[in-house]
Amino acid sequence: MAQAATAPSTRNYLQELLPRLVLAPSFAAVIIFVYGFILFTGYLSFTDSKMLPSFGWVGLENYSKLWALPHWWRALGNLGIFGSLYIVICSVLGLGLAILLDQKIRAEGVLRPIYLYPMALSFIVTGTAWKWFLDPGIGLEHTMHQWGWESFSFTWIKDRNFAIYTVVIAAVWQSSGFVMAMFLAGLRGVDNEIIKAAQMDGASNITIYRRIIIPMMRPVFLSAFVVLAHLAIKAYDLVIALTGGGPGQATELPATFMYSYTFTRNSMGIGAASATIMLIMIASIIVPYLYSELRTGRRS
Amino acid sequence: MLRRLLLTSVFASGLALTAQAADQVEVLHWWTSGGEAAALDVLKKDLESKGVTWQDMPVAGGGGEQAMTALRARVTAGNPPTAVQALGFDITDWAKQGVVGDLGAVADKEGWDKVIPAALQGFAKYDGKWIAAPVNVHSTNWVWINKKALDAAGGKAPESWDELVALLDKFKAAGITPVAHGGQPWQDATIFDGVVLSLGNDFYKKAFIDLDPETLGSAKMKEAFDRMAKLRSYVDANFSGRDWNLASAMVIEGKAGLQFMGDWAKGEFLKAGQKPGADFVCIRFPGTQGSVTFNSDMFMMFKVGEDKQKAQLEMASAIENPTFQSSFNVVKGSVPARTDVPDTAFDDCGKKGMKDLAEAAGAGTLMGSMAHGYGAPAAVKNAVYDVVTRHFNGELDSDAAVKELVAAVAAAK
Repeated sequence: MAQAATAPSTRNYLQELLPRLVLAPSFAAVIIFVYGFILFTGYLSFTDSKMLPSFGWVGLENYSKLWALPHWWRALGNLGIFGSLYIVICSVLGLGLAILLDQKIRAEGVLRPIYLYPMALSFIVTGTAWKWFLDPGIGLEHTMHQWGWESFSFTWIKDRNFAIYTVVIAAVWQSSGFVMAMFLAGLRGVDNEIIKAAQMDGASNITIYRRIIIPMMRPVFLSAFVVLAHLAIKAYDLVIALTGGGPGQATELPATFMYSYTFTRNSMGIGAASATIMLIMIASIIVPYLYSELRTGRRS
Repeated sequence: MLRRLLLTSVFASGLALTAQAADQVEVLHWWTSGGEAAALDVLKKDLESKGVTWQDMPVAGGGGEQAMTALRARVTAGNPPTAVQALGFDITDWAKQGVVGDLGAVADKEGWDKVIPAALQGFAKYDGKWIAAPVNVHSTNWVWINKKALDAAGGKAPESWDELVALLDKFKAAGITPVAHGGQPWQDATIFDGVVLSLGNDFYKKAFIDLDPETLGSAKMKEAFDRMAKLRSYVDANFSGRDWNLASAMVIEGKAGLQFMGDWAKGEFLKAGQKPGADFVCIRFPGTQGSVTFNSDMFMMFKVGEDKQKAQLEMASAIENPTFQSSFNVVKGSVPARTDVPDTAFDDCGKKGMKDLAEAAGAGTLMGSMAHGYGAPAAVKNAVYDVVTRHFNGELDSDAAVKELVAAVAAAK
């Protein structure tokens, strides 16, 4: 910057301008289509919009209606179950797999992509495949019965008390390989000298992992948490493909709630209010994360 | 930068507008499955023979939810299609936005007022003006029974709630699933339509058309929910999430005794080579004989430029042509939207449907189906879905369901 200011030749000026020019269209597009529409949605949540956006100001009415709906509470409760189980199981499985793969085993190059591939599928594919697999009439239970295990029963997907856990199963299957890859990268980044020093002090493998390596993976845990948390909050396609929100409303999540109120129930105001709440939830996770990242970034 | 972008897009859309031919209709619809597409083809050919080109804009998806989302985008952009397939209160909602056309010129000339039942006019007209052309009338209070299973159980079709329960018990004793059902909210609500109607025409009207809070919270409504719970005990364990046509297949194959479903289910039976009366029996939901809860597919006409109005009116006129009404509805499984169409081309169930419709229209017992958007606007309809499906899945008992229903409808109104 300072150099360019002291020698403002045309060439330097252009050089400095070029990146900005190249970035400007996409920057403008992001400003309008992401942040502009976020503001627009926020505004709509204070209006009497029904089928199409309209601009009659109603204050906080949509929010009070939203929080009075048992359907919304249901969605939030499900998100609590789904989100916490999804994040915890994915992290534990991912870390476990990463540690096992990190033992300098043979054929790691084959195993790693096998675990990672589910992430390449869309949630719609995962949901549909698991729907068939879990359906008692055609899937696992049916097959077990055909194989002669008549008493086998697995009907969670049809049971309103357990259906939400099938969503967890499918989502974990999809994402834990990805979390594994994140942890594996983290493990590979741990300084070998430290481990060797610990080994020389006579620490067992378990202690090394527990006291040294896993604590050093704090940033990876944080990244995994942020990635998984926002995936959980915006989960929509998986539920639609797997259960359609049923049985009854047993697997409704805030995202499916938002879509149905905005687009099929002609209550765009309430839909916008729920979208705003979801944004606040995501922001409350991402903003502290970004803040701490930026702070450590500046320090180093 | 931005301004230029805007200018170009305005220019481009201007070009697109002028590029369209004069005698052309653009039709947004969701009739994409085999039988439906074949039925629509009848209209397409008819219009093409009159020199009107048909620009198809199909958006797949059962109840037209995706189609309505696509429509929102087109209308917001100020470029609505000529005609849009639409249901019930959606039509009224669009009319309130002031974007619909006026079919008065054709409707008055052809005397639609006299031949189309008043209950349908309530939706096809807004503020006294014709805005939509009804294509057909489906009714939802039908029961489809496997003939063999019925014969084995005594052969007499049930005419009251008690007879229905007795029949279902016999099915159960015979070792088949008594009720073929798919656990999706709209299917649960379709049964609920029949159950509520079976408790009286006035009760249905007060509860689902007038949305009277006292009726919604009455002891009779609790009785309706109790009946739903009773029916719930006759479905198989694997019912939730099943599509309606798979439930029909269970009846066709004799794995299940009967299905409560609108008359579109007939198409499934016919496609499987079954004959009404010989292989399957169609009756009204026991206790609702003489009444009809309808839903009707209509083509809603949007406000278009003068150059396109002629084609739009042409299309409206073609839809209400009695010959078309007959040939379309024979293929679709529904009955004509006008009551003066001869029933010669229809099968027994179709003939019965037409007779019932004419009777109900005369007696004032032709009422909009709540489950299919002809009882109340989308917000209320879905609020009812919520309660019915939660109760049907055992989340609420009947007392709680009645209370929830009153609260949910009040909140959605």
